[in-house]
Amino acid sequence: MKPVKVLTLSALLGSALVLGACGNDAADTGTEEGEKTEQTDAGDAQLQGEISIDGSSTVYPIMEAVAEEFMLEQPDVKVTVGLSGTGGGFEKFIAGETAMSNASRPIKEEEAAALKEAGIEYTEFELAKDGLSVVVNKDNDWVDQLTVDELKKLWLDNGTAKKWSDIREGWPEEEIKFYSPGTDSGTFDYFDEVILDGGQIDKAATLSEDDNVLVQGVTGDKNAIGYFGYAYYIENKDSLKVVPIVNEEGTAVEPNAETIESGEYAPLSRPLFTYVSNAAIKDDAATAAYVQFTLENAAALAEDVGYVSLPQEKYDEQLSTLEGLK
Amino acid sequence: MENVDRIKSEEMINRIDGRLTKNKIVKGLFFIATLFTLIMLVVLLYRIIAQGAPYLSWDFLQNFASRRPEQAGIKAAVIGTIWMMAVVVPTAAIFGVGSAIYLEEYAKKNTLTRWIQMNISNLAGVPSVVFGLLGLTIFVRLFGFGNSILAAGFTMSLLVLPVIIVASQEAVRAVPNELKEASYGLGATKWQTISRVVIPYAIPGIATGSILAFSRAIGETAPLIVVGIPTFVAFLPSGVFDSFTALPMQIYNWTSRPQEEFHNLAAAGIIVLLVVLIMMNSVAVWIRNRYQSR
Repeated sequence: MKPVKVLTLSALLGSALVLGACGNDAADTGTEEGEKTEQTDAGDAQLQGEISIDGSSTVYPIMEAVAEEFMLEQPDVKVTVGLSGTGGGFEKFIAGETAMSNASRPIKEEEAAALKEAGIEYTEFELAKDGLSVVVNKDNDWVDQLTVDELKKLWLDNGTAKKWSDIREGWPEEEIKFYSPGTDSGTFDYFDEVILDGGQIDKAATLSEDDNVLVQGVTGDKNAIGYFGYAYYIENKDSLKVVPIVNEEGTAVEPNAETIESGEYAPLSRPLFTYVSNAAIKDDAATAAYVQFTLENAAALAEDVGYVSLPQEKYDEQLSTLEGLK
Repeated sequence: MENVDRIKSEEMINRIDGRLTKNKIVKGLFFIATLFTLIMLVVLLYRIIAQGAPYLSWDFLQNFASRRPEQAGIKAAVIGTIWMMAVVVPTAAIFGVGSAIYLEEYAKKNTLTRWIQMNISNLAGVPSVVFGLLGLTIFVRLFGFGNSILAAGFTMSLLVLPVIIVASQEAVRAVPNELKEASYGLGATKWQTISRVVIPYAIPGIATGSILAFSRAIGETAPLIVVGIPTFVAFLPSGVFDSFTALPMQIYNWTSRPQEEFHNLAAAGIIVLLVVLIMMNSVAVWIRNRYQSR
């Protein structure tokens, strides 16, 4: 009977041990590799530490690129980047769980108040710009441009199903289908602020946290309209039609790298931020070095992942702000 | 008499036709249901493999995440998932099987037990996000584990515990009473009976249920996002208190990126996840066969 008992117990824990053993093996080989790269990099001033970053999934690609490049130079600084969303990121920032929080909209008053209450001082750094692109179906031959008022009329809920002919005379009498990012996203928050003024978005709108779902929705329906980050439009520009938006000067402007950077594409050009705890910059050399690295490389890396860089002076200004915080 | 018999047999022949048609229709319905499920599965698998297979390579398994799709890999995610499961499997198995044996063999069959029983069954249906919130409040903040392997592993253990308890209870209940009574009859104690008769007999059922539950833990994304597990991690954990990332997090991130190449990487990641799942299920089958043939 003894072997049965041993087998019983080992069966209960067997898979656990196997998995555990695998984990250790793999981790061991990993550290060996890490040591190898360290040796080749020897000579630079090597920093150590952990930097925990969370926040907007829109800013995530930029931060991923920065972290990737930074860790090639400083392999002993363990940088982790999460994508809890702008609001979710701030919650963790307020709880003191992260040193940096990415945001695709400026910080809200209640978030700033909560940070003050928690005794966390922070600095806002702008990393890049994104142009919220309003898109319609490729076969839509009537929408040539839209004003902010027309956008309002389109997207605000008025209790009825809207037709294109309700927006402008001469447009077809077909029901409009709306596709919008989910209400948890910073993208929605920004659109809500500049277009909806906090009003109720059309209740028939399809909301999705995954912008690729919106792309598919607009691609598949002649009467659809949607909006999302510029990168999603650029990746799908052959199957979508972008709508020029009339800015305050009265000219209709299409989003592209120049018009977004210059601010000519307005009001849908939005800044992308990261918020950094002042204490982390002051007390932790690794975080200070990381923020500096971010500002020095944000221009090139942001463009690499589909966003628009800021004018160089902007980065220089922020680098001197950083010097003052160290 | 002869007349009556003839009417009866004619009626019977008529009825047989009806019954046979009904039989055929039902068979056809079940066949269509199976066919439909299979076709959906094949289409899904075909799409994922066609999209992801070209991206599967040794580099893909060996590289960390990257902004350049051609350099991006899932090393941190695979190792992270293995670490997390190294926490989940023993925790959930010990607590799950322990509770099941207590409830079946030791607990009195009264209202309280029935009430606990009902709650465990209900817990199995609670959305995984809720377990994520529980993990965030208790393990991440109260116990101060942070977004570590331990916090995520315990959260996932909680998520799969109800399923393991229910499955293990079924398995323990299926042990024939004669075997247990024979054991007692020979003078064995309760613990001797449980460890040498009940558990060996129930192992195939326990293993099958548990491994299905563990497969769920491997594939869940929502609780990890709520707990605050990061996605970009370019180092390997060296202990259970380290940060990590897991396969579903990486796949989720890649599917939501604008670039097509990242969607293909996500498909490649899904293939790796499927292989891991198939391996786990094979272990379940192996354990079952081994114990059933005894």
